[in-house]
Amino acid sequence: MMFRNVAELVELAESKQVKIAEIMIQQEIEVSGLTREEIIAKMDRNLTVMEQAVERGLNGVTSVSGLTGGDAVLLQKYIKSGKALSGSILLDAVSKAVATNEVNAAMGTICATPTAGSAGVVPGTLFAVKEVLNPTRMEMIEFLFTSAAFGFVVANNASISGAAGGCQAEVGSASGMAAASIVELAGGTPRQAAEAMAITLKNMLGLVCDPVAGLVEVPCVKRNAMGASNAMTAADMALAGITSRIPCDEVIHAMYLIGQSMPSALRETAEGGLAATPTGRRLEAEIFGEKNNL
Amino acid sequence: MKYRSAFDIIGPVMIGPSSSHTAGAARIGRVARTLFNRLPKKAVISLYGSFAKTYKGHGTDVAIIGGILDFDTFDERIPKSLELAEEAGMEVVFSVEEMVPDHPNTVRINLYDDKGDLEVVGISIGGGTIEITELNSFKLKLSGEHPAVLVVHNDQFGVISSVTKILAQHEINIGHMEVSRKEKGKMALMVIEVDQKIHQDVVQEIEKVPNVTQIIRMVE
Repeated sequence: MMFRNVAELVELAESKQVKIAEIMIQQEIEVSGLTREEIIAKMDRNLTVMEQAVERGLNGVTSVSGLTGGDAVLLQKYIKSGKALSGSILLDAVSKAVATNEVNAAMGTICATPTAGSAGVVPGTLFAVKEVLNPTRMEMIEFLFTSAAFGFVVANNASISGAAGGCQAEVGSASGMAAASIVELAGGTPRQAAEAMAITLKNMLGLVCDPVAGLVEVPCVKRNAMGASNAMTAADMALAGITSRIPCDEVIHAMYLIGQSMPSALRETAEGGLAATPTGRRLEAEIFGEKNNL
Repeated sequence: MKYRSAFDIIGPVMIGPSSSHTAGAARIGRVARTLFNRLPKKAVISLYGSFAKTYKGHGTDVAIIGGILDFDTFDERIPKSLELAEEAGMEVVFSVEEMVPDHPNTVRINLYDDKGDLEVVGISIGGGTIEITELNSFKLKLSGEHPAVLVVHNDQFGVISSVTKILAQHEINIGHMEVSRKEKGKMALMVIEVDQKIHQDVVQEIEKVPNVTQIIRMVE
């Protein structure tokens, strides 16, 4: 019953008249040999780790290098001031995505979704929409299984590694996964979830992986912020009935081909992009002293 | 398919900052430790590609050493593993290699002590998922996700069927299997990934098969 692409995933959910999350759970039972209860419990533990990371980040953390930390706190204060121009749910998602990635940069405990560098987007959006949609614990677990299903397709047909496919493969994938899950939690159809994934991913194509000093901090934390906001907007667009002219699977394949043609300097080697800017190089020298002395 | 589980995508729970460069690196280190089956006296870590260029920022060094100390990806001792290795009496040498590897996140781990040595090459393919591509210069493909046994044997007829027969008798299903050898009639290796747990009595039974020289059990 394995699904190989988004079209098959949507087809399965529609024919069985179940959520995408349920298709992923059923496949996991088949592949792992574990019981449904064991699989749910395992995802529940991941959800708890995500909750704790968000909470820790919202209380303020600083990374070892000092490059990142504290932005989630600033954003929460700003939301509370009532002056925010974007909606407060959107900014809440952004701040919680930032919170998670600040904890990650501080070598704290997080759950990779699908990677550590992109770990903010899925929990960030989940814990923000939670405030308005009031999901049950089980619905929040399903949110993660829906994300897993879409991430599974990207991982097997393109890549979820910045070193292989650039940031589009990491924050891009995470944002697409989150958008699809938001749609499903908000009551959208499997097809609308796929549209949200496609719309999000289209706007992440070509994004390079260029971490300053090779650290998962600059620009990763802010890329998670924009990934979360991209996911929220795309989810709303899909729920409004907007569709992607390019089908989701073709967008994923385009992402794969773009990753293949991306030069190595822009794939997590800290040799190009923002890492190679004068300020990027200066920060690198300040943090490590002599470059990569052993 | 490279990825099989929902938990390859949502997971692992880990110490930051990078799933490929920290969690994946820790997993490769831990597989090397499992294969060596004891704390080595010395570990030489050769880093290639993106691992070589960004290992410091990602904590790849502390993660690999943490893995060799048998720490899991979420073990909060990982950031302190270099000090802990020193306390445990393990010498650590890092080497940054210029050679361009097939996969950007590649590491070669050499472990030594008085009793023997081991060489493992691993790649971290994204999201914390890894593959072991080389063991003592044998090419192989091992995910580290499923229970597996590695059987070192003399390249003689009947050894492979004797081993698989034992697994069949214990109702253990083989999910993936590879056989390779260095030279006709010389040292050979079987890599067998299975769906069920392999108990010690099965290992002992395989050990007794004529021409089997060593068996290593991986992943509980």
